Amino acid sequence: MSRDLQLAWRHPDEAVLTVAFFALVASLFPLGIGAEPQLLARIGPGVIWVGALLAAFLALPGLFAADYADGSLEQMTLSPHPALGWASGKIAAHWIVSGLPLTVLSPLIGLQYGLTPDTLAVEAASLLVGTPVLSLLGGACAALALGARGGGMLLALLALPLFVPILIFGAGAAEAQATGLSPAPHLSLLGAGLIASAVGLPWAVGAAVRIAVD
Amino acid sequence: MTAPHRSGQPDVLQVRGIACRRGVALLFSGLDFEVAGGELLCVRGPNGCGKTTLLRCVTGLTRPDDGAVLWKGVSTRTDALAMHAGMAFSGHLPGLKDDLSAEENLEFALRLRGATVSVEQRREALAAVGLEKRRRLPARRLSAGQRRRIGLARLSLDPAELWVLDEPLTALDDAGQALFIEFLDRHLARGGLALAATHHRLAPPSGVVRELRLG
Repeated sequence: MSRDLQLAWRHPDEAVLTVAFFALVASLFPLGIGAEPQLLARIGPGVIWVGALLAAFLALPGLFAADYADGSLEQMTLSPHPALGWASGKIAAHWIVSGLPLTVLSPLIGLQYGLTPDTLAVEAASLLVGTPVLSLLGGACAALALGARGGGMLLALLALPLFVPILIFGAGAAEAQATGLSPAPHLSLLGAGLIASAVGLPWAVGAAVRIAVD
Repeated sequence: MTAPHRSGQPDVLQVRGIACRRGVALLFSGLDFEVAGGELLCVRGPNGCGKTTLLRCVTGLTRPDDGAVLWKGVSTRTDALAMHAGMAFSGHLPGLKDDLSAEENLEFALRLRGATVSVEQRREALAAVGLEKRRRLPARRLSAGQRRRIGLARLSLDPAELWVLDEPLTALDDAGQALFIEFLDRHLARGGLALAATHHRLAPPSGVVRELRLG
């Protein structure tokens, strides 16, 4: 994990691109739709979530592909550490580079949509719980798509449908808060998703990588 | 299939009836051999006869179609991590990150291997392979031979008992090849064992060299 973070630090363009993409997409909507406060506040949480989802997806193809091409994955599979450890580390690094900055940035973006402070807080909370699930699911898909011809397209076909439930509950939390309902059920479901995927998916990543290096 | 002269040490690595097919072609089958401490087993044969595949089957990267690999008497099917802890693999892919310097690449590779190595030891190893002045350059600015030399430095610091080497002399100049032989010799003299696929004649002064011919 520390190696991945150091690599991201050495070559920040990719991480910056992810964040810039998110900020741009989320900022273009108010410009395109026009200054209509009610409408903007209504669509805000959803748009921010879609932006975060696409930004998280943007960083996925490189997650394992570079390590696969230069042989680092072979060395990881042959290391005396269990696959669970380094797979979790790589996914955590992906989240720190993509999900975490988006979460931190989201209240600022939310202001453009005239979201209330409570809604902003719930939006950030749902991103904080939801983006790690995106990294985990995306990591598993990226590992499965390794070595396949047209891997990028395959990755989109695999990952985007799996992202849909996270998007629905994530955006739903902030929307519930905005309409005066409790966001708790949505956040709990996201939390449950996070626990389930954190337990199962790193293991799946390890198995998929082992198949890919064969 | 295996040459008779043996070192008399107990076998650390045993391979029993291993077989592998690629598509419809059977590369090898029923292959038995063992390697003991202080021994170097050279796998030889024409291109495409399955040398690399055999090495990958032994390491566990590729699943053999039949047979078993035993590390200190225990099948790697039941405990692969024990073997991985005692094995260093150097394949066709260098496992280097272009954006990291030689020194950082070495540091991460060794940390991944679970080896604790001090900064001074790393510097010494890089100096020994002639990369002293270039240790801060990103790996992308190094030549193919210099990148192989980072791999040599990694091998020299790795505490692994077994070295699995696929064409270890590729891209190395005469001095680099001599350096590799020196490292290999030291490794064998320490009681280490090595399995290498190569077209060159490897003759480390100490240690027993045996050959396995494929194809």
